[in-house]
Amino acid sequence: MRIRAQIGMVLNLDKCIGCHTCSVTCKNVWTSRDGVEYAWFNNVETKPGTGYPTDWENQERWNGGWERTKSGKLQPKQGGKWRMLANIFANPDLPEIDDYYEPFDFDYDHLKSAPEMKAFPTARPRSKITGERIEKIEKGPNWEEILGGEFSKRGEDYNFEGIQKQIYGEYENTFMMYLPRLCEHCLNPTCAASCPSGAIYKREEDGIVLIDQEKCRGWRMCVSGCPYKKVYYNWSTGKSEKCTLCYPRIESGNPTVCSETCVGRIRYLGVMLYDADKIEEAANAADKTDLYDAQLGVFLDPNDPVIIETARADGIPEDWIKAAQESPIWKMAMEWKVAFPLHPEYRTLPMVWYIPPLSPIQNAAEAGAIGSDGAMPDVRSLRIPLRYLANMLTAGDEKPVASALERMLAMRAYMRAKTIEGVQDEAIAARVGLSGRVIEDMYKIMALADYEDRFVIPTTHREQVEEAYDLRGGCGFTDGNACSTGTSKGSLFGGSKKPLKMPTEVM
Amino acid sequence: MHNFFFAIFPYIALATLVVGSIARYERDPFTWKTSSSQLLRRKQLVVGSILFHVGMLVIFVGHVVGLLTPIWVFDAMGIGHGAKQILAVVAGGIAGVLALIGGVMLFHRRWTDPRIRQTSNFWDIAILGLLLAQLVLGLGTIFFSLQHLDGHEMVKFMSWAQGIFTFDPNAASYIADVSIVFKLHLILGMAILLLTPFTRLAHVISGIFVPLRFLFLRRGYQIVRSRRKAPLPHHDGPVPAARKVAGSKATAAE
Repeated sequence: MRIRAQIGMVLNLDKCIGCHTCSVTCKNVWTSRDGVEYAWFNNVETKPGTGYPTDWENQERWNGGWERTKSGKLQPKQGGKWRMLANIFANPDLPEIDDYYEPFDFDYDHLKSAPEMKAFPTARPRSKITGERIEKIEKGPNWEEILGGEFSKRGEDYNFEGIQKQIYGEYENTFMMYLPRLCEHCLNPTCAASCPSGAIYKREEDGIVLIDQEKCRGWRMCVSGCPYKKVYYNWSTGKSEKCTLCYPRIESGNPTVCSETCVGRIRYLGVMLYDADKIEEAANAADKTDLYDAQLGVFLDPNDPVIIETARADGIPEDWIKAAQESPIWKMAMEWKVAFPLHPEYRTLPMVWYIPPLSPIQNAAEAGAIGSDGAMPDVRSLRIPLRYLANMLTAGDEKPVASALERMLAMRAYMRAKTIEGVQDEAIAARVGLSGRVIEDMYKIMALADYEDRFVIPTTHREQVEEAYDLRGGCGFTDGNACSTGTSKGSLFGGSKKPLKMPTEVM
Repeated sequence: MHNFFFAIFPYIALATLVVGSIARYERDPFTWKTSSSQLLRRKQLVVGSILFHVGMLVIFVGHVVGLLTPIWVFDAMGIGHGAKQILAVVAGGIAGVLALIGGVMLFHRRWTDPRIRQTSNFWDIAILGLLLAQLVLGLGTIFFSLQHLDGHEMVKFMSWAQGIFTFDPNAASYIADVSIVFKLHLILGMAILLLTPFTRLAHVISGIFVPLRFLFLRRGYQIVRSRRKAPLPHHDGPVPAARKVAGSKATAAE
């Protein structure tokens, strides 16, 4: 057993209003540069839809994630090491920029510089790659916003597997939900596994997966390796980039930009303790519907005294253990079991989890029948098909998703009874295997969602590894060598005698 | 002039290659990359790139082995100069044609596709042009080689190349009387070596080391970076709470 800590995230899809504030603030901070105009470290998709890049969930097409071979071995779906090297000259699984969209801008200047004309001047689009005129924009970062386009296209959605999807194309039965997506900071990341240069790594102290920009050579196997298509190739610098979980903010105890700015307050950040020695076994579970449970088995109870002692022995700081005990992620994923990993069948053990959304009752007559007797509606009659959510969150296993939805409905019923009728109806709680107290805690965290309940982020302990005195007057974050400190180790050209202590590889 | 190009220039080129590559790797590793453009346009790249790279690799290995293996090794293995010459012409010719077809496809793509052209800098195009010229020159030498199928002409180049690496002062004189096509091929080849650290060709050097590390030095797939100075003491299961009080103090003190 080796205990490590990770900052995990949960997104409560039941509260997402699809405003894209997360995407836009993220874009402004991280990807408003040449070469990554097309890249959205965070994006919000309208489901059902094929998403961004188009059809990303279909691993028959993109070969992302891992597969369990017939002999029971776990290897990247795009191939083992030899296979990946053989594909290095031309990666057959790499999306083209048109699979995302060709980035564009508009000739805004024309609006004020146009001469007097009969027609009103317009700002026409222009490619951000070539600078040439684009006559017709055929794709954008959010092309299917609020069910844009016809169902025959959106219906290609991978999550319709095993569903008679035709009826959901009909107006009366149509449904939609939002799915904000970012890097999953997986426990078993395929991007890191695919990198021939070894430039992608997971940080031991907080689990954030990063790309070493100085080690990346642009072999681009990570782009195809990631099943969530959340590694982006910067065509200007020739390096891959990805969500950093805003690590400079996380290190100082602040939430990520997307979480901080979320107006629906749907995002939660907290510490999860996990057993690093169990990762491979969990990712290699025989049946894909076992993967969700297998991942639950990797997490460790931060209130168990034996785990606490072992975590201390493994160098987890005291405030991190305390944060793990108060972690909203632990509560939602492990105690209440209302949050689920996105596509566990990719075998990456993702660490950004989702609470499935409730939706209106399908049948209006049934809707009238509930409420009066306090009976809970059957979650199978919700507008969003249970199987659809299960395909997204539990590899098709409907039971855990149904249980989560029932608990959320029970939370509503219990709190309604309490606040409107003044009755604390323990029976409602008992029906979903909870107690009134737990439900009130759920309500506090999930419904009220105060800032300090959503974000329980301990600061990093740089004082253990760095001398602040050596860092004073430093250069901060640079792109490339613009503010070289000459501190590369063993430099031929007279490197510093006191190099910065950088993290080194273990395992 | 002959002496400059074949006795002095080789050392300039090799020294620049070695020192320049180390300097770039040390001082500006962020610029060390393949500069792949596959994301922007897949068309023509898949076939072109594979033909080009496979052809180039065969040629590269062929040149290194063919030129730098001491002559007595071939003699000891019983491979006659004539046989080696024919092998070089046939294998090199096929690989050269493949690389040329691939290279022309890549050049056409880079020159005509607006996405690639706009995002290319001068050296992206120039280095591909130089490699194509070098391929044409190299294939051109085959016609001369066919007139010397006994391999004695090839031995001259082996003596020269090995002479350069053994600091033989007479190295340049071994190839004094070869055809101008050979000489141009050699000069351009050395110029390409000289340019390698300053262009995207630097990725060739990674291409040699990366697979070795990836395949043989990296255990498993995952990489975790730690801030710890010493690795964690290994324990097979949870640490018993009672035993641990002293141990955790030691960790905290560190």
